[in-house]
Amino acid sequence: MMNFDYVRPLTVAEAVAAASEKGATYLASGTNLLDLMKGGVCHPRRLVDVTRLPGLGRVEYLADGSVRIGALVRNADLAHDAEFVRAFPSVAEALLSGASAQLRNAATVGGNLMQRTRCAYFYDAPSACNKRWPGAGCDARQGENRLHAVLGWSEACIATHPSDFCVPLVALDAVVEIEGKSGRREVALEALHRLPGDTPERETLLDRGDLIVALRLPAEARAFAAHARYIKVRERTSYAFAVVSAAASLRIEQGTIREARLALGGVAAKPWRARDAEQSLAGVAPDVAGFREAARIALADAKPSGDNAFKIELAQRIVVRALTLASAGTPTRIPALPGSPFSSGVRHVA
Amino acid sequence: MNFSISLTMNGVRREIELDDPRVTLLDLLRERLDLTGTKKGCDRGQCGACTVLVDGRRINSCLALAVSQDGADILTIEGVAHGDQLHPVQAAFIAHDAFQCGFCTPGQVMSGIGLITEGQAGDDPERVRECMSGNLCRCGAYAGITEAVLEAQKTIANSDQRRSA
Repeated sequence: MMNFDYVRPLTVAEAVAAASEKGATYLASGTNLLDLMKGGVCHPRRLVDVTRLPGLGRVEYLADGSVRIGALVRNADLAHDAEFVRAFPSVAEALLSGASAQLRNAATVGGNLMQRTRCAYFYDAPSACNKRWPGAGCDARQGENRLHAVLGWSEACIATHPSDFCVPLVALDAVVEIEGKSGRREVALEALHRLPGDTPERETLLDRGDLIVALRLPAEARAFAAHARYIKVRERTSYAFAVVSAAASLRIEQGTIREARLALGGVAAKPWRARDAEQSLAGVAPDVAGFREAARIALADAKPSGDNAFKIELAQRIVVRALTLASAGTPTRIPALPGSPFSSGVRHVA
Repeated sequence: MNFSISLTMNGVRREIELDDPRVTLLDLLRERLDLTGTKKGCDRGQCGACTVLVDGRRINSCLALAVSQDGADILTIEGVAHGDQLHPVQAAFIAHDAFQCGFCTPGQVMSGIGLITEGQAGDDPERVRECMSGNLCRCGAYAGITEAVLEAQKTIANSDQRRSA
């Protein structure tokens, strides 16, 4: 690990100023950043420790029905907040399907949004990677790429975004509050992460010094609480990143889907909202024919970036499974194996 | 540049001078405080051998910068027994043969203590296994580990009950 300067500001304004210099990076719990620094993938000259900033560690339920989650709220605390689980069960299930208990205790909401791809070539400093070294090339293109992107990829980069949490969040129209040099602004989470195009080194629309201070879910997202699931295929049952995942939320009235929300993980450089598929579900009965059609639409533009054509079929099956399980009703308690398609004996609410 | 931090280490307040901000909590414990019970396995947050409790919560000490823990209360495997009286999780690990080589055991025990405090698993072995998935055991003592955590949880619940009765 290369040496760095360490500062621990006490106000957001001081933090933004300290992080606005070239080579500076924010440090929250560091569960991803320290790993990258140890591997020689990231070498910040200055770490701006934000863990002591005031007011960023609260979950606030606002009068209008929305929820505002401070960027320093730990993943485990949000996933076990009883009111949050009731209102946004698919988000809690996604959180609990990710990482390990130790990592969820440390990792923050803001850090989860800012985590980097787990592409092995990005992580391996000697490999060519356009993210690490723009113009260097992409060793993943001709390498071990069965887990890489099938949507939105480019010749420059075929990496996927690793977050589970972000998948139901984009489906539910989450908004990110950002503090920067020119004050506070808000962006839809769906717009935060960028597709690679010719500039895969630019992963988000954040500028130098920008700090995520909070995440909000709108009141409308509560309307899906009775029919919401996050389903994730992994190469082992627990403590693994998604091969493919899907967040499905349905608003069902009198046996008809009034509104659907659908997003996929593990398929692209960003959490992938499937709006056309959502449209196809509005006004139809919650049955497997409609779910298959939605899955077909969601993956219609997919193409393999390597040895990963299987992910296109797998993603469609996971979409069908997530929609089927969502339509059966949100479980009364998050399953013992969160997000797992192999969970059994789950009781459903009516 | 030097950094002064203050930690409560197994119940004892310690003032520590760090001459380098790169020191992880794990390396601080092992290399500078002579607390070598906490093990370094992968050093990348994948194996759980370095699990300790920080302010009562289990974390991977290999992925935590020591300087950022300023003011924290740290509990390591050295601090869980009372003299010769083992912690209920330690005792249950012995009773259930929950280890072979023992390298992962300090991390497993700390993780088990953290799991019981979190109170999410109940008496469901599937939930215990899921909540212990951040601790690898290459000897494959998982069956014993699950039994040990379940039994220790019962022991702790019973003694809490006796105390409050």
